[in-house]
Order: sequence, then C-alpha cells, then structure tokens
Amino acid sequence: MTDPSLPAPAKMAAADVPMVLADRVSKSFGTNQVLKSISLTVKRGEVMCLVGPSGSGKSTFLRCINHLEVLSAGRLSVDGELIGFREANGKLYELHPREAAHQRRDIGMVFQLFNLFPHMTALENVAEAPQRVKREPKAQVEQRARDILARVGLADRADYYPAHLSGGQQQRVAIARALAMEPKLMLFDEPTSALDPELVGEVLDVMKSLAESGMTMIVVTHEMGFAREVADSLVFIDGGVVVESGNPREVLANPQHERTKAFLSKVL
Amino acid sequence: MAIRLRHPWRTVLAVALILIFALFIIDAARRPAYDWPSVAKYIFDRRISEAAVNTLQLTIYSMVIAIVLGVILAVMRLTPNPVVKSVAWFYLWVFRGTPVYVQLVFWGLLAVIYQSIDVGIPFMKPWFSFETNAALGAFTLAVIGLALNEASYMSEIVRAGLLSVNRGQEEAAMALGMSWFQTMRRIILPQSMRVIIPPTGNEVISMLKTTSLVTAVPYSFDLYTRSRDISAETFNPIPMLIVASIWYLFFTSILMVGQHFLERRFARGVGERRPDRKDGAGAGIPTGPLPVAGSGRPPVPFPPGGGKPPAKPGPGDVS
Repeated sequence: MTDPSLPAPAKMAAADVPMVLADRVSKSFGTNQVLKSISLTVKRGEVMCLVGPSGSGKSTFLRCINHLEVLSAGRLSVDGELIGFREANGKLYELHPREAAHQRRDIGMVFQLFNLFPHMTALENVAEAPQRVKREPKAQVEQRARDILARVGLADRADYYPAHLSGGQQQRVAIARALAMEPKLMLFDEPTSALDPELVGEVLDVMKSLAESGMTMIVVTHEMGFAREVADSLVFIDGGVVVESGNPREVLANPQHERTKAFLSKVL
Repeated sequence: MAIRLRHPWRTVLAVALILIFALFIIDAARRPAYDWPSVAKYIFDRRISEAAVNTLQLTIYSMVIAIVLGVILAVMRLTPNPVVKSVAWFYLWVFRGTPVYVQLVFWGLLAVIYQSIDVGIPFMKPWFSFETNAALGAFTLAVIGLALNEASYMSEIVRAGLLSVNRGQEEAAMALGMSWFQTMRRIILPQSMRVIIPPTGNEVISMLKTTSLVTAVPYSFDLYTRSRDISAETFNPIPMLIVASIWYLFFTSILMVGQHFLERRFARGVGERRPDRKDGAGAGIPTGPLPVAGSGRPPVPFPPGGGKPPAKPGPGDVS
C-alpha cells in the first residue's frame, strides 16, 4: 500500500475532501510562537510522519488537530469540518467545550506516556468512552472492547490494571482505547519514546497493521525505520515551520535542506 | 553467620519507659481524685451514652454535608468559569477565616436575626414562610454550623486531591470526547480519592472533638457538655472528664479502622503489587520481571492485511 509513485506533499489534495487540512496554522504561548504558519494536507488513508528536533512544535501541531491546543491563527479542518471553531458571516466563533468534545470523538489520540486510567482495568479503559460518551449498552461495549484488545494482542490481559502491564502492553491498550471510539483519524504523539527499546517493536507492529487497514494516521515519531517502511509522507518540522516534506524514502535518503540533513545525521 | 548489630540502648529505654508508665498507672489507680468508682458508675450512665450517640450523630451528619459541599466547592474552584470560581473562593474566605465557635454562636442567633424564613420572589407575597425558631432546632443549627465551617476545609483537601491527578489523565479523557463533567466524575475524582481520604479521616476525628463546641449554639446534649453538666451537679469533674475521654477514644478508634478499609478500596490499580486480577481469580502475578510472555506479538489483525508479517523476533517474548 505504500506506493512510491504516490507523493503526498501539501496542496496536492485529490478532488475529495482531505482528512486533515491545515491552513497557515499558528500557535503562540505568550510571546513564544511555537507554530509559524504551518500548512499541510493529509489525505484519506494516508500515514504521515512528523519528525523534527524536540521543541520544534510537532507535538503542539498534533494537539491542535484535536483542539487540545487552541489555534492562535489559521484554520484547521478534519474531514471537511472546521476544528474548534464555527464559521459564520466570514468570522470564526470559538466552539463551546461540549461541541469541541463532540468533534474529538472521531479523532483518536495516543500519548507518549500512555495516559491510561490507572484505576480501571485494561478492559474498562477501552470500554469507558464508548459507554459514557456514545452511550452504547454495556454488554455490547464490553464484547467489542474484548475484540479490540484481542486485535492488539492483549486478549489475556483484559482484566489487568495498567500498573501490572509492561510499557508496550500499556501503549497497546491505549491504542485499543482510542480505536474503541471508531475514529476516522488517529494521532500518535511519540508513541514509542517512553518505551524500553525491546518493547518498541510490538507497538510499531500494531501501528503498522492499523496503517495497512487503511486508517488515516499522523505520527510524531523519532522512529525513522517506521517512517521509511510504513509512512506515505514525511514532514520535517523545525522552529515551527515545515522545512521539508515528501516521500519518506526520498527525504530520508536525500534530504534537500541543510537543517533536515543536520537533524537526520543525528538520528539515523 | 555474622552477629547482628546490637542495640542495647533501645532495650534500656523501653524498660525505663515501661517502669515510669507502670508507676503512673499504680499511682493513678490509688489516687482518690480520679475517683475510679465514679468513672465506672457513669461510663454507661444513660445520659452519657445518649450524649455519646448525639455526638456521633453531630459528627456524621456534619461531615457528610461537609464532604459533599467540599467536593462541590473544590470542583467549583477548578472550573474554567470565573464567576463560579469566585463564589467558591468567597465562601472559603468567610468560613475558613472566622472561628468555628463564633460561627456557631451566630447560628444560634439566627432566629434573632431572621425571625421568619420566606421562600418566594422578593417584595412579593412569599410562597411559604416559617418561623425560624420552630423550624430549626438547636441540633439542626449545630449541624449546619459545623458542616458549613468544615466544608471550607474539606474543599481545600478535595482540591489538593484533584490537583494531584496527572494532567495527562484529563487530556486523555478529553481526547476521547468526554465532557468536562464526565472527566471529573469518572477519571479525576476517583483517582484523587487516594490523596483525599487520609486528611479527611483526620478531619472526621477532628470533627468528633469539635462537636464539644456546640454548647455555643447552645446545644447541650453532646458528650462533653453533658458530662460537664453532670459534674456540675456532683461537684466531681475529674471522673466525668475521664468518662468523656474514654468515649471519644472509643469512637476515634472505630473511625481509624474504617479509614484503613476505605484507603484499601481506593488503592486499586496503584501502589504495591496486590492481586493483579480485578476478580481475584487466576494466579497472581509472579513477582520479579513483568510477565510479557504470551502477549508479546500482536497478531497483525487489521483487515485488509497484505503486509509482511513482522520480520524481527518478538521483543516481547521474554519471560
């Protein structure tokens, strides 16, 4: 499915609505401008890897996509729907938190530090949101949660508390928890950075099979092997701007920009 | 086998303390001022045991109200809404900033300040109205006074508990589409209980003893006031103080046991390696390295497949 003849740079969206459309997205914390007018497009079914040095703004950008951070300027839409704002008479109105929460249902997110709910078992973690947010009946949710846990290879760990799971298992539960909401887009914020090296593979394998199932994914990562093997596009962000983007194999093998070269020489 | 380090001074200290304590007990037993026969006579006196029940009721009612109100106030202070936040802050400022004794006197004078309580629209004929004196007895006023004061302390305890929960928990819940209220109730509050319970146990025990101030209302059927009243008749205060102390200690001990079990309940999923399965069935987790075997490789399950199976050997397959 990773067709090399299929470039996915920004502004080459097909006729249909792109899954994510970022248009001159900026974000400032006080006087510190973290994102400086980032524009990019993620197509349906595309897997995009965001790479860059720490503090470059890639995680902040990811958090803007599901409105965990509020944009300072620009606009961002997911599946044609403006995120965090409503447009009327050419003006943008901030959404009520309830409406923002409703938008997040369709966007799954996986965090660097898993953020599993420690007072709930793996199964309860996965079943919580469908049951509370979508109000699905308990028995039905539980069965589905078990199925999803089986899909990430954790059928036998359903009744364990997070504290009794390894890091890799916890992150797979976190992925299952996000998938339980049946999202159309998955965001991964450095999903393997907090893992012991020997546990990284099991999480990447789950992500890979998820990509192969056709899920649209944006992955902030330092795993260049994953980017090369799985991603359709790679975006290098530094200092809050997109420095370079394109086919991951090409960018990794032959970076055009000095900053990209300098960064890749350190991580590859 | 090496000889363990000896601690002779610990033994010496223990022996000395036991001797001193024994001397004190023997002396106390023979000292007439303690009047042990009176202690024995009054410890199960009807008036005293009824007063003990009253004290327990005052404690339980006011603590239950204080905890509920405290949770509400703490959540109010953490809402993004500045109006609600200020209300909670103002409440705290007033009720924590004045002595509970003064507040109790105020509540006792409620009927003097507001002879009747009207419910309805201001400047219109009230829907219903009642005499303050008739509606609110001394016991009720005492509970209100204690509860409203305690709520301000409880709100700070609950707030500390809420703040102790990792910020990532709130983000994870929000990312799943949960509302602010759902996040609080399902995710943040249950986790904060672990931090909230120990100081709350402290507050309950403290409240048990603070009830002795309700004489300010004036309510005179609590344990301390009742035993003082009896000693005023018998001109023999010391045995009555001992009687009251024994009852207070008895209740405190029960409360401490209760707290212990509550703490265990809310330690689920954290802390030491207790039974790993929720239902307790099956083998416990073996100590030592985390058991990862058997769950190492996910089976690459998402349709439609087509990718190569993982090439590397499973990194999770360690046992």
